Amino acid sequence: MRHTIQALVENKFGVLARIASLFSARGYNIDSLAVGETQDPTISCMTIVVNAQDERVLEQIKKQLHKLIDVITVVDFTRKDYIDRELLLVKISNKKATKSIVDKLVKTYSVKVAHKTKDYTILEVCTQHSDLEHILKEVKKVGIKELVRTGKIAIAK
Amino acid sequence: MKGAKIFVESLLKEKVKVMFGYPGGAVLPIFDFLYDTPIKFILTRHEQAAAHAADGYARSTGKTGVCIATSGPGATNLTTGIATAYMDSIPIVAFTGQVKTSLIGNDAFQEADVTGITRSITKHNYLVKDVKDLAPTIKEAFYLARTGRPGPVLVDIPVDVQLHETEFKYPQDISLRSYRPTYFGHPGQIKKALKFIYNAKRPIIIAGGGVVISGGANELRHFAEKLNIPVATTLMGLGAFPATHVLSLGMPGMHGTVYANTAITESDLLISVGCRFDDRVTGRLDAFAPSAKIIHIDIDPTSISKNIKVDVPIVGDVRNILGQLIEEIDDRKIPNIEDWLRRVKELKKKHPLRYKKSTATIKPQYVVEELYLQTKGKAIVATEVGQNQMWAAQFYKIDFPRHFLSSGGLGTMGYGFPAAIGAKVGNPNAVVLDIAGDGSIQMNIQELATVSTYNIGVKVIILNNHYLGMVRQWQELFYNRRYSGTPLKNPDFIKIAQGYGVKGLRVKKASEVKKAVKEILSHKGPVIADFWVEEEENVFPMVPAGEAINRMIGGMA
Repeated sequence: MRHTIQALVENKFGVLARIASLFSARGYNIDSLAVGETQDPTISCMTIVVNAQDERVLEQIKKQLHKLIDVITVVDFTRKDYIDRELLLVKISNKKATKSIVDKLVKTYSVKVAHKTKDYTILEVCTQHSDLEHILKEVKKVGIKELVRTGKIAIAK
Repeated sequence: MKGAKIFVESLLKEKVKVMFGYPGGAVLPIFDFLYDTPIKFILTRHEQAAAHAADGYARSTGKTGVCIATSGPGATNLTTGIATAYMDSIPIVAFTGQVKTSLIGNDAFQEADVTGITRSITKHNYLVKDVKDLAPTIKEAFYLARTGRPGPVLVDIPVDVQLHETEFKYPQDISLRSYRPTYFGHPGQIKKALKFIYNAKRPIIIAGGGVVISGGANELRHFAEKLNIPVATTLMGLGAFPATHVLSLGMPGMHGTVYANTAITESDLLISVGCRFDDRVTGRLDAFAPSAKIIHIDIDPTSISKNIKVDVPIVGDVRNILGQLIEEIDDRKIPNIEDWLRRVKELKKKHPLRYKKSTATIKPQYVVEELYLQTKGKAIVATEVGQNQMWAAQFYKIDFPRHFLSSGGLGTMGYGFPAAIGAKVGNPNAVVLDIAGDGSIQMNIQELATVSTYNIGVKVIILNNHYLGMVRQWQELFYNRRYSGTPLKNPDFIKIAQGYGVKGLRVKKASEVKKAVKEILSHKGPVIADFWVEEEENVFPMVPAGEAINRMIGGMA
């Protein structure tokens, strides 16, 4: 099962390496990771999405994270009410069907046309994880030339 | 004040008396100031030994051990010692020199990414890039090393930082918002644990290294005696409870006693005190204490429910929690467990630790027994790793905490001799033994130069079977006696000792053991004693890897 974990950490060099090596040393997989400064410039927020096979592994991940000296708090959002967003940029070819698909996506989801040329369109998608799969399914119909995305960020309600 | 001087002054503030290490280009400024301080510097002949010596000093005294090495190879040589301390939760602070800050990352001469290399084998580590951070970092390093679940902390100091100047101000207090260990048990959990204890019919305590580290041996004894609960002590916990106590079950696990393993298997309540359920203790997990409820006292929340599902976890300092439990015990509710105690007594009587005695050859166990008798059980015993370690654990009955120094977690061959050096430096009046094998001793034999230079009276007892004995034992039992890579052609240890100016003696006859041990112990300085023991003697009892702990081979007769 996928879990979204938020860790507030000291904003110092080497902290990301500590977290990454904790995961690799213990054989845990990170699905996505997003890091950024918070309102307090001495604190960074890491949003980590992990796929834990069972509760015990998840418990260990949380406890091991908390054990790192530079980690201040660890919150598991899984059973909490929260808002999450991921940002995705996708470059698609301009084909016959492209316009109608783009129009539909722009109307239904938080999708914007970020850039457009004769040959291709770049869409900017900023939405919750659950919507992304639908959007990707639609754009795949005209073929994806290039796709980049960030890790998930989340905030408790 | 120069960084190097700040370094030395900070160590004095931390009351550091002794430091083990090896100089080099990237720590020259520090060594220059060390020259004039009251801090005693012990030059080991390899950096690994410096880390082990700091570890042995820490384990035997309860203080934080300190070691220092230069950048690059000096630092990488420390790593085995640091990893050893990490696995056994030993407080040491390791200082390493680093190349100039402007050269970091340039593949400079003797450069290594030491904070990167040691990230997963330290509790925490630092690269000090600004001389202003040096004193606060050293303060934090010592604080982290000794508090909470102790462990090694490494501070990497570039050579230019040692030369830069700033005002010296050693911080008074420390407050880390991200580090707040729990020291006292939750009152609700204490009550819950006692409820389980009052209802138990077949309770047992497993005491681990946490009891020794927290200084909770007296509390444990009081607790066990008040409730009349038998106590098994893990390898790391030897000395946490007197081995000669009537309630003692000795060591559980792979080479544990039949009675400890059987009692654990039959128990209905297992109270784990500062023990992290290592696989060498539990054997096959699903057959470990199958009918027992489990109370787990540990300062590290990650130890709880890591290997074994726990019914009542109590996070906090072992000593404090035992104190809380003792305080809360209602005498009227202490259960009557006479039947269980009778059963345990019967197990002890039926399956004692034993070995086949011989007059034709020297039995290694006999040598250990003789050492035990002639030191009256009061020596500080360091061990190497392998058969020597297990025979020491089985036959030298440790009654006092901080008297048994052994690499339990990492299983580092070559640990014992330098650890014994550290212990002897920290406890100059104690008898300090290193019970070694002919394989292990050669992994740090260069330290004969250290004991010779400083006249450190460590007694090295080599149980020489001309094999890497433990590996040979596994090959005998599980690989059809194909002794691949295990026979050892050894040097003449006596000549080696003499070469270093150390007393050496060899014993080949069982009838000479008593006299030889007497001679070893009465000699003032260091001794290396080469006992040629029975070559294919095995450590029994033994639980084959992955088996249930009550399925033991040997010792059940």
